[in-house]
Formats: sequence, structure tokens, C-alpha cells
Amino acid sequence: MDVVFNQAFAGLSIASILLIIALGLAIIYGTMGVINLAHGEFVMLGAYATWALQTYAGLGVVTALPLVFVAVAAVGWIIEKVIVQRLYTRPLDTILATWGIGIILQQAVRLGVGADSRFVSGPHWLSGNIEIGALVMSNYRLFVIAFSIMVLGATWLLMTRTEFGMKLRAVIQNRGISECYGIEAKNVYSVTFAYGAGLAGIAGALITPLFSTIPTMGTGLVVDAFLVVIVGGLGSLMGTAAAALLIGEVTALFSIVINDTLGRIAVLAGIILLIRFRPRGLFPSDIRH
Amino acid sequence: MKRREFLGHAGAFGTMGLAGGLSVPALLSGAGRAYAAGDDIPVGLLFSLTGAVAVVEHTLHDAALMAIDEINAAGGVHGKQLRAIVEDPASDPATYSDRARRLMIRDKCVSVFGSYTSASRQAVLPVTEQRENLYWYPTLYEGRECSRNVMYGGAVPNQQQDILLPWLVENFGKRIYMIGNNYVYPKEENNYCRILLNELGGEVLHEEYVPLGHSDFSSVINRIRAQEPDVIFSTLVGDSDVAFARQYRAAELDPEKMPVCSLTRSEVEVKAIGGDAAAGHFSSAPYFMSNDTPENQRFVENYKSRYGADSVTHFVSEAAYFQVYQFKAALEKLDPANLSPTAIRDAAVGMSMMAPQGEILIDPNLHTHLWPKVGQWQSDGQAKVILQSEGRITPKPYAAYPGQDCTGDGLVKS
Repeated sequence: MDVVFNQAFAGLSIASILLIIALGLAIIYGTMGVINLAHGEFVMLGAYATWALQTYAGLGVVTALPLVFVAVAAVGWIIEKVIVQRLYTRPLDTILATWGIGIILQQAVRLGVGADSRFVSGPHWLSGNIEIGALVMSNYRLFVIAFSIMVLGATWLLMTRTEFGMKLRAVIQNRGISECYGIEAKNVYSVTFAYGAGLAGIAGALITPLFSTIPTMGTGLVVDAFLVVIVGGLGSLMGTAAAALLIGEVTALFSIVINDTLGRIAVLAGIILLIRFRPRGLFPSDIRH
Repeated sequence: MKRREFLGHAGAFGTMGLAGGLSVPALLSGAGRAYAAGDDIPVGLLFSLTGAVAVVEHTLHDAALMAIDEINAAGGVHGKQLRAIVEDPASDPATYSDRARRLMIRDKCVSVFGSYTSASRQAVLPVTEQRENLYWYPTLYEGRECSRNVMYGGAVPNQQQDILLPWLVENFGKRIYMIGNNYVYPKEENNYCRILLNELGGEVLHEEYVPLGHSDFSSVINRIRAQEPDVIFSTLVGDSDVAFARQYRAAELDPEKMPVCSLTRSEVEVKAIGGDAAAGHFSSAPYFMSNDTPENQRFVENYKSRYGADSVTHFVSEAAYFQVYQFKAALEKLDPANLSPTAIRDAAVGMSMMAPQGEILIDPNLHTHLWPKVGQWQSDGQAKVILQSEGRITPKPYAAYPGQDCTGDGLVKS
């Protein structure tokens, strides 16, 4: 019985990491229709930015978060302005372009910083566990869960309660008509892309104390993020959150019942089945594209 | 890709034709003539400097190159300098085989030093055996191989586990939890571990493999927490090991009650894990950077002054370093006019020398007699040796397979 609760918490922890990685992608992919294969590299940049801030400026992971967000958002903004913006009418080409950007970023970090794994220490005030009976919860993992819910909430508010969010939704629904009403669609897209990149950066910063920080760390993460976005349904924030939770818990369930290798296969098979019967994901938005 | 491959092969065939032409007079005047006929002795370095395994192989390349430069600075061998020919196989097994062919045929290297992974060694093997060349492989590996053209400098399962397992069972208990990445090395090590545990009356609570690069260990940690093993026997490699160690620490599992004992964790991984999270856990290896011998002090000092004060040496880079010295010692026993890879191999067998880990010896089966140790990691990122084998341990690459033995005549089945 203890295992059930502990494993449910493990699933929640996996889900929070999936959510925070997928959220940026959900915004870029779900709202702009850009399949951003460089998303994993944005996560990696976030991790390295945290490492640099910790090593050279002595900042802790949590203090570094806003700076990392701004830094990676700036990189995303530049990439959108220079490359992605020219490809909005050619969605398939964005796949190739962003894949190339990912490789360039990866090699740039490998050449500039080095290929070996970097060490980022977690925040000391978050070390330790909370124990409730036999349920043991790592404080840092609890923090990541809380933070990802916060980021989800902030993003939802941004999309639904601000003028920028309204403009963005307008542009998504019909770009031409929105431009007639004086909305600068170009700027809205740039800012959205930068925001998505910034979220990826935060994800990178949050996972460094648990994972290994290497130039290739984003490659596997981007696959997970796409799975979440596809299962959740395009353009739906709540769908993304629900999908992250579902995949996280199912992964935790399978890996304790079978093992991690077969569990992974079972999760992927489940996703294939799911999109066979719900091709637009769990919560497809009713936006017409 | 196709075009490049084609050109690569065409180039290889071209030089092969040339080598074939030269080999006629070589056959008449003695087999060794084609090798090292010039003023220097060409040796190949085949370590990936780019791609996924470059992280580790770069350090092996650095260590081997340093040994070559040291030998040259001291006057070379028989008055000839060693000429290092560096190829970068870019972490791709097919490229390893192609570059090895280049080094052995075009450049007429008398030996090639290279490889970290078993996959790349096996890619080089056919070329090496076909050309009767000699490949110096520094890495610990899973055994079950007995080539007459490979000099194995790293530990095989019996050298990593024979002193370790009795000590673990005695000091921590008999209930072992096995965790490793899903490929051949962890499976062979665990296979041998089970044999030893059977003799010691130990018990395997759980044997588990995660995919290479797997990074979320929350389920594994929950299972460990529920089963409460005495020891976690780990064969996780690289990033998986780093992630596991950090999450193990974040879960506040106590190394005093449930230590992780790894066959693969070296100073490189500990640097990424962080000394705090690694402290208290164990590794089994023939070499640790903190080893207190004059040979090791010299090795570490030279390495640091050459590659930076924060660089680390580890149990594979040590072997990459001492293998060059073994090669040099073998060359010295031979007539410089009559060098050939097979002559170097035969001269190397039975030879002993002082390496940073202690006095090592090359077995007739071309594996190396080593000094296994168990180290406990400290918070400064170094290991403190707490158990040292009483003597050199003989390499038995087929220890888990009764009826098979790797000898000086190759694999013998009885």
C-alpha cells in the first residue's frame, strides 16, 4: 500500500516535469502551429544558463529562475525574428529549420562550454523530505510540482485575462482579420515564441539539480514534450496539463508493475492507441485553423 | 552520406592495392620490413573527439597522447620518435572501422590505441584481425572475448567483483538490488555477480535495467525504499548514473544503511554528481585518482599541468596511459629493424611494469593482471581506498562460462 502512494507521488513528480517542459511547446506548437524541434535545446540552454549563473555569479537555482527566463526568451526572440518568422507560410520547412537550429545550439554549447556533464547544486533550503506515514516526498520535487502549477496558472491568466492574450487568441483565430483591426500579428508571434522559449529555459533550470546537464540533454526531452502536447490536444493548456498528469501517472504505474524499459514501450503503445481513437487529443480546442 | 562512404571505401581500396604491391618485396625480405621503415614509429590514436562518447574518449586520447609525448621527450624508442597519427571516429562504429583501416593500411601503424565502448571495439576487430595488427583497448568491459590482436588493459568481471562481493556481503549484508542500463555490459556483470552470490549465500532482491540515457529514477527509488536492500549494485553508466545518484541523494536515502556500489562510477561521473551526493557510496576499480604511489603522483601532476588543474584522471584514462608504456617496453625488447604488430604482441606477453595503480602484468591471453580496489567517495570528489586486493588478480574473461577459457592460444573449449 505504501508503494501505491509513493508511486502516485512519483507519477505526480514526473508529470510536473513533463508539464513544465511541454508548456512552452504547447504554446508555440498549439497556438502558432510551429513544430519547434529546437525546444529541447531551449531546455538545455536554460540548464546551462543556470549552471553559468551558479558557477560565475553564485546564484542559487531559484534565484536564477527569472534571469534564466529572460536569457532564454531573448534567444528565442532572436531566433523567431531571424529564421522562424520567414517560414510561417511554410510549416513543413519550420521543422527542418528548427531541427537545424537545435543542432547548432547543441554544438555551440559543446564547443563553447565543453561536452562533459556539468554540476549544478540544488537549493539547500529545499533539501530533505516531508514524511507523512510511509509516504516520503522530496521537498525539491514538491517545489517543482508547485512551481509548474503556478506557471500553468500564470500562462492561463496571460492568455485569457490580458490584452496581449486577447490579441494572441485573435491572431490564432484569424490572422488576416486581426491585422485589419490593427493588431501587429508579427509582434504577437515574436513575443509568444520568446515566452515559450523562456518557459523551456525555466524547465531546464528546474531539472538540473535532478538530471545530468549535458549538451544532448534536450533530445530526449523534446520527444516527451511532443507526446504530452499531442495527447493533450492542440492549443489547449488544460489539455496539456491533463495529458502531463496522465502520462506521468501511467509511466509511474507501468514502471513499478513491469519495469522502466517495458513501461516506456507500454506508454508509447498506449499513446498510439489513444490517438487512433482520438486523433485530435484529449481536449481538442474548437479553434478553426 | 552514401557518397562519402563510397569515397571512403574507394580510398581504402586504393591504399590496399598499394600495400598489396609493396608486400611482394616485403614477403621476400622478411615480414616486418613494411612497418616503421622510416625515421619514426607510427602509432594510431583512434578516440572520438566529437559526438556522444567524446566526453570520455577525449580524456583517453589526452592520456595516451601525453604518454607518447613523454616517451618522445625522453628520447623515444631505439632513438626513434613515436609519431601519433590521430583519427576522429566521431562516436560512430562504422567510422571506427573505416579509420582503423586507414591507420593500419595507409599509415602502416604498428599499433592502434583506441575505443571506449564495446560496440566500437567490435567494429574495429575484423580489420585488426584481418591485417594482423594490434589494437590496445583500455576500457573495463564484460569479458567473453579472446582476440589474439587486442591488448585488453581494463578489468573484466572477475577482476571487478572477486574481492568486492565477499566484502559487501560481510559488511553490509546479503540482500542485493541490481540496477543497470539495458545493454550487454551490465547484464554480463550481473550474471557473474549472481554466480558469486550463490557461493556466498547472497540473494538478489531485484534485477532491473533502464534504457541508456534514462533520467527519472523516482520509481526505482520507491522500489528500493520498499524493498530495503543491503546494497545497491549499480552498473548504470554516464548520465543515467549521474541522474540516479542525484535523485538518490534528493530522496535522502542514507549511504550508511543502503550504499550504492558501482562498477562504472569514476572521478568523471562524481565531478558531475557533486561530491556531497556521491559521498559515502562505493566504486570498485583497479585505479583511483587518489592512489598513493610515486607513479600515480607523477601521472596526476603531469596530467593536471597539461590539461588544467580541475581535470581528473580515472580508471580508464590510467589504462590508456599505461598501455602506451607497455607498448614502448615491448618495442624496446625487439630489433628496431624488425618491428611488426605480432612481434610486439609476443614481446609484450609476460611483461610487467609499474603503472599508477601498481605493478601490472600482461597475461598470455592478452588481458592485464590488475590491482582491484574498492574506494569510498568523499565529499571532495575523490575516492578513499578502503579495500585493496592482496595481490594482482588474474584476468578471466570467461569466468562466468565454465568449460571455456581464454588462453595464449585463443579461446579453448573443454
